[in-house]
Amino acid sequence: MYLYSLTLQRPTGIICAINGSFSGGKTQEIVVARGKVLDLLRPDDNGRIQTILSVEIFGAIRSLAQFRLIGAQKDYIVVGSDSGRIVILEKWSEQVDNGANLLVTVPGGTDGPSGVLVCAENFVIYKNQGHPDVRAVIPRRADLPAERGVLIVSAAMHKLKGMFFFLLQTEYGDIFKVTLEHNNDRVSELKIKYFDTIPVTASMCVLKSGFLFAASEFGNHALYQFKSIGEEDDVEASSATLMETEEGFQPVFFQPRRLKNLVRIDQVESLMPIMDMKVSNIFEEETPQIFTLCGRGPRSSLRILRTGLAVSEMAVSKLPGIPSAVWTVKKNVIDEFDAYIVVSFTNATLVLSIGETVEEVSDSGFLDTTPSLAVSLIGDDSLMQVHPNGIRHIREDGRINEWRTPGKRTISKVGSNRLQVVIALSGGELIYFEVDVTVGSYDKTIRILSLDPDDCMQALSVQSVSSAPESLLFLEVLASVGGEDGADHPASLFLNAGLQNGVLFRTVVDMVTGHFLLTPLSYETLEYAASFSSDQCVEGVVAVAGEALRIFTIERLGETFNETVIPLRYTPRKFVLQPKRKLLVMIEGDQGALNAEEHEECFEAAQVGENGTGSADQMENGGEDEDKDDPLSDEHYGYPKAESEKWVSCIRVLDPRTGNTTCLLELQDNEAAFSICTVNFHDKEYGTLLAVGTAKGLQFLPKRSVTAGFIHIYRFVEDGRSLELLHKTQVEGVPLALCQFQGRLLAGIGPVLRLYDLGKRRLLRKCENKLFPNTIVSIHAYRDRIYVGDVQESFHYCKYRRDENQLYIFADDCVPRWLTASYHIDFDTMAGADKFGNIYFVRLPQDVSDEIEEDPTGGRIKWEQGKLNGAPNKVEEIVQFHVGDVVTCLQKASLIPGGGECIVFGTVMGSVGALHAFTSRDDVDFFSHLEMHMRQDHPPLCGRDHMAYRSAYFPVKDVIDGDLCEQFPTLPMDLQRKIADELDRTPGEILKKLEEVRNKII
Amino acid sequence: MSIRVKVLKFNSFLRFMQASDRFNINSQLEHLQAKYVGTGHADLNRFEWAVNIQRDSYASYIGHYPLLGYFAIAENESIGRERYSFMQKMLLPCGLPPEREED
Repeated sequence: MYLYSLTLQRPTGIICAINGSFSGGKTQEIVVARGKVLDLLRPDDNGRIQTILSVEIFGAIRSLAQFRLIGAQKDYIVVGSDSGRIVILEKWSEQVDNGANLLVTVPGGTDGPSGVLVCAENFVIYKNQGHPDVRAVIPRRADLPAERGVLIVSAAMHKLKGMFFFLLQTEYGDIFKVTLEHNNDRVSELKIKYFDTIPVTASMCVLKSGFLFAASEFGNHALYQFKSIGEEDDVEASSATLMETEEGFQPVFFQPRRLKNLVRIDQVESLMPIMDMKVSNIFEEETPQIFTLCGRGPRSSLRILRTGLAVSEMAVSKLPGIPSAVWTVKKNVIDEFDAYIVVSFTNATLVLSIGETVEEVSDSGFLDTTPSLAVSLIGDDSLMQVHPNGIRHIREDGRINEWRTPGKRTISKVGSNRLQVVIALSGGELIYFEVDVTVGSYDKTIRILSLDPDDCMQALSVQSVSSAPESLLFLEVLASVGGEDGADHPASLFLNAGLQNGVLFRTVVDMVTGHFLLTPLSYETLEYAASFSSDQCVEGVVAVAGEALRIFTIERLGETFNETVIPLRYTPRKFVLQPKRKLLVMIEGDQGALNAEEHEECFEAAQVGENGTGSADQMENGGEDEDKDDPLSDEHYGYPKAESEKWVSCIRVLDPRTGNTTCLLELQDNEAAFSICTVNFHDKEYGTLLAVGTAKGLQFLPKRSVTAGFIHIYRFVEDGRSLELLHKTQVEGVPLALCQFQGRLLAGIGPVLRLYDLGKRRLLRKCENKLFPNTIVSIHAYRDRIYVGDVQESFHYCKYRRDENQLYIFADDCVPRWLTASYHIDFDTMAGADKFGNIYFVRLPQDVSDEIEEDPTGGRIKWEQGKLNGAPNKVEEIVQFHVGDVVTCLQKASLIPGGGECIVFGTVMGSVGALHAFTSRDDVDFFSHLEMHMRQDHPPLCGRDHMAYRSAYFPVKDVIDGDLCEQFPTLPMDLQRKIADELDRTPGEILKKLEEVRNKII
Repeated sequence: MSIRVKVLKFNSFLRFMQASDRFNINSQLEHLQAKYVGTGHADLNRFEWAVNIQRDSYASYIGHYPLLGYFAIAENESIGRERYSFMQKMLLPCGLPPEREED
């Protein structure tokens, strides 16, 4: 089996971010590292973050820094990755607190006293060579348990003329402004002032334009605008007021408040982390939806992903009739914006002028009593309207020329560009006009003459076709000389004519040089669309659909998915789909947090005197609408931290169509849910039941311990919209995996695999096997085989013999794998993902499989001999690939209607990828050679060897890296040709191949 | 759990080595062992070996951001806190060294 790996959604989480002007000039840009991808972002004039560039580097990025050569106009990026090493130069060294976790440089020279800020647990210390330490304590939230320290997790420095300050964010999300009182090189005081609270970031960037970019560690990133910089004098902590007592330094407290200095103006979606994912066409749409559980704690959400770009609607207006087409035209080729929107109806044409507002005009020169077939700018500054009876040419000064069709024939179709027009007359004739370009320059005289129908706009060629033309398209790929990659692109021209009898007529004028990417939009069905550009909306689309004219823009071009977000209460863990009832059942849980009631008490205690009402409503869906400027929403401020032995958890039934929670069961007494499955027991008394595995008082540190584990059995009531507890069975450990098997329930409890049957008051043990090495984390069942995944020992293939009531392991893996996700592929094959970022497939060899199926004892004898240290048979690794990100979920699914199935996976960094199986040997050969050439001729940007990266833990096996292959169009033209020659193809064919395989996946 | 990581990495490293240069592998190995801390030597005692393994594992966790994120979700802490606690654990991953026996 050969697979083609393709990233569908690049990682959305951010590891670190830096700001500067990287493309030169004055623009402020942000470079973010997303694990293995480097992105260049830029806030546009409206304060919206746009992705300018995105490069996959095939390596793990660890750090970023920016520097500028003296006198240079732009900043450079330093990338610390796993490919090599970075030399660190030290000026002086000094012992610091061993709890120091972050260093921030203090500007030196004329700007400040130089030195560093050392951030340690609970303290910020200023240090410099030959300077006494200046120390201040970091203020604590009043509700923080005493056992917890306060740690700075991210920092940003802002330097203005004559002053500078730091923004330091704690692990709870509070930002403090740190300023230094200094006289030349002597620092006399370090002041810490509470600034604002935003969700915890991985990195913050203060832009010179007055924005703060906050790259969240989990959940959406945001762009804030500074309203003020917190210049009031009331500081919370200062080195001058530091109090040392016998128990150490005295803590300082503060109360978080609503945003005062920052205003959020934009956010960038992030799926990080994807906890679970399922692909299903619940909504019965054209393409299946991807349901993902994302985020953590109060910022958790269910996100429904649909393929296609998201659009933001700018205007919708009703029209007097049903429009058939719409165009936009500029008045002059050098104009930046469009001048008119022309809408054609079946018997008339409406002209709207674009300005501050869009309104109807009658002095445009367009014929409005007839429908239009095409409207465009022709030449440099004149307009052309093609209507059924002729072509109308409107010159810049308003003079109008008209060319009429010969006889009673009408124009049925038209195709044009700025210099050429081709029309199809009723009766099956094509007429081609063009501006005579032999002179070489399009000077005014020639153009006007040649466009004048009576004189020079001659019919240059007439081609008769067999049937009435239905549609005409003139496709022009513009000539460019010395483009970015230094290559010359010859201009190409295509004429496509679709005939009524179903023949597509294509004239290729030149070879393919362009590369087009087709991306569907997620919007209403549009009948006709045109580009739109005006003052308010530079890159928009105007379209007609039904009776309305719609103007919209496409946000964040380049994304594969658009998403619908439904907020959740706690970190989602797993979910099951109920396809028939179209409902989701999910489990959520968090350690060290307070549950709804306790939280409310805490909230009210903190809000004494202020208005503390309505908090219950907010809890209901975990944070409500984000834009509602709720003073202390959990989404923003996080849940108050509780002791680590506290657990909160809930089971939720959710209707994804409306986003409503139909049932929410909060678990009590530090009980938390860890596994979920639906099960149909033998006796069909209750129909489908829900099994949930929970643990009470689970502790990871210092040693993993648990008070008790339970398996809850719920019955669906109210047509599946609600749950009713049937009974609860105590077990000795945490049931991390549950699965239905032959009308019974299989549970993995620590190292024990146990089969349960349904009893009246509890589950009844039927059979068990205690021989699993560590902890069972996944169970899949197919026929009489059970595929068990162990937390660190990969898969174990088991069989259940009903007559002897015995569960036994007949095969296992010889490689230790720390399973994070697993999926059953076929009778002999399992797909798994391990903690170190690898995806692999294992398969039981055919002969072994046959032997086991034929053996009357099913290989049990061998197992009973027990001479081998493990199972008697071993599975073979057939596929191995390093993704470079922790894969948390795997599923076999088809993302397009009628498309082949592929393995879709989601990762912690919030990316979605797919593995597609090749069906022909030729394709495998082609792509492996292409990959080989790409590796040789286009090594990854940051110098990591591609093969070594994909083989980081185990040598890559039978997987072709589609992400590398898809970088082919970015190569210089001569290199593309060179590779293409070696593959005995043309670059165009390679592009076509790449597109084909992508289209098979999505 | 960290032991396995170490062994695997070393194995795959050996595999690369053998494929590329099997003639002077011994000298190369010696050079590499001298260069890279943690590849071990003949006089390594049990405690030192364990410390190396643990530190190597923690360094790997810190170096791979998605793994840090994975731990952070499991423990419901911030990624910065996880990084800090792993760094702290690197100081004495196996506790204080055992008292040296007098030879």
